Amino acid sequence: MRETISKGRKIKCALLNALMYLSAGIICLVLIGIIGYILYRGLPHITPRFLTSKPSLLRGTTGILPNILNTLYLILMTLIVVLPVGVGAAIYLNEYAANKKVVRVIELATETLSGIPSIIYGLVGMLIFVQFCSLGTSLLAGALTLVIMTLPTIIRTTQESLKTVPIGYREGSLALGAGKWYMIRTVVLPSAIDGIVTGCILSVGKIVGESAALLYTAGMANEILGITDAVKPGNAGSSLTVALYMYAKERGEFETAFAIASILLVLTFVINMSAKLTARILKKRGNR
Amino acid sequence: MKKLKKAANFFEKLMNIIFTACGFLAVAFVIVITGFLVVKGAPAISKIGITDFLFGTKWESTASEASYGILPFILTSVYGTLGAVIIGVPLGLFCAIFVAKMAKPNLSRMVSGAVDLLSGIPSVVYGLVGMIIIVPFVRKAFNLPDGANLFSAIIVLTVMILPSVVSISETAIRAVPREYEEASLALGATKTETVFKVVVPAAKSGILTSVVLGIGRSIGEAMAVMMVAGNVANMPRLFKSVRFLTTAIASEMSYSSGLQREALFSIALVLFVFILIINLILNLVVKKDKN
Repeated sequence: MRETISKGRKIKCALLNALMYLSAGIICLVLIGIIGYILYRGLPHITPRFLTSKPSLLRGTTGILPNILNTLYLILMTLIVVLPVGVGAAIYLNEYAANKKVVRVIELATETLSGIPSIIYGLVGMLIFVQFCSLGTSLLAGALTLVIMTLPTIIRTTQESLKTVPIGYREGSLALGAGKWYMIRTVVLPSAIDGIVTGCILSVGKIVGESAALLYTAGMANEILGITDAVKPGNAGSSLTVALYMYAKERGEFETAFAIASILLVLTFVINMSAKLTARILKKRGNR
Repeated sequence: MKKLKKAANFFEKLMNIIFTACGFLAVAFVIVITGFLVVKGAPAISKIGITDFLFGTKWESTASEASYGILPFILTSVYGTLGAVIIGVPLGLFCAIFVAKMAKPNLSRMVSGAVDLLSGIPSVVYGLVGMIIIVPFVRKAFNLPDGANLFSAIIVLTVMILPSVVSISETAIRAVPREYEEASLALGATKTETVFKVVVPAAKSGILTSVVLGIGRSIGEAMAVMMVAGNVANMPRLFKSVRFLTTAIASEMSYSSGLQREALFSIALVLFVFILIINLILNLVVKKDKN
């Protein structure tokens, strides 16, 4: 076969290819490095006692049960508020809003919300919920701050899912005499459940990883709270991320920090996997 | 029968109102956030003087004669972001091209899975790794008294913006119609040439979007940067301890009072304006893309 490509072109292509492999390689190595190092330093310190106790100065032991519980409370409280509101907003955007300009304004607002850095949410959450609503530094104030932060996610995923519900479903239901709300409740929402689930999973991921917004809203306390105490104003509590920050930056207890980091990594992995799984189910249904 | 219908009608109307309220909640949040930031942030700016505040090079909030100049923070945020973009965008773009066009399906899935995982890692975890690995490494490699400086922050920020750059560029590259490529290949260009001279230019605006999102993420990052940048209010130099706009807010919030505290809200207002400008650019880019 005759050479058709000049040497210069060949070298250029080889160079670009090498750069591509190099970039992908670097990124994978960084990930493996981070995960490997954290698990290597963190896993040995995860003991049953570490997971099921609170820090005790007396015995000189650390435990992260309060932080695990606080993270769970934050997830629960946030979802309970944000789910109905976010799904409602998506329903309004997709089913009710007739004016295109109104839809555009709301979408612009959601985009703006999703772009605001978490430290600003922390500050505004402190101003609004901790001081203005006088909830005090508390899990409740933290959860309400997280509601604003996760609202765009829930709206977007639900809306995307609502869009895939065929218009014929709606027309069929309406033609049979159903009211609009009845139609939405019995036909549209059940068909869009997977988008809502995806939104929840993504929100949980966001909540688990959030720290800057919680530092001055949910506080830094390490006490074990019951579920009834957790929803009361004035009861502060640090999430896993905030605890990690405090252990690493303020107290220099790196072993504890790495142990928390490994738990966060595992959680991230699980959340990532379940998001992918639901996305796959969503796609399958879309094809049907 | 009539009564039933009336009740149903009322219920329909009620649901309509509830959904409309939910819909406008996001707008209300944006207005409330903006309102609070302006009301709390503006007084200090007018007290300090807008030029002294924005262009003052000294931040000494706890000194007896306090001075509140946030130019060091603004410049640090800009330089830090610029640095992360300069390193992260080429790296991310090459990776995105690799994943979208060059890699075999299995390898491609593996790399994009890695990128997804990277995007899910909490920022405090990045901060921890930066603190324990990068800071000592930078200190030793450049023979410095302290490794917590702008350079370490740039490295951490680079890793943190990579996922958004890669995944959005990848989507943009995949969306380029197959015919473009086929035409180029039929004319005798190699696969690599086709990708770089035809596909990437066609995906330009999507790639730009990814860069702007990366900038947004980098300028808003607080916790990771707080753990690696040293947190001293210096004018930015590559190997000096620095303070970003975000960390300036976070580091003094817990003990501040009076004008100092108000000035922190003013910093938040400045950061908010930055983010709004970035959002505006993003919208312009996306709109241009639609046309």
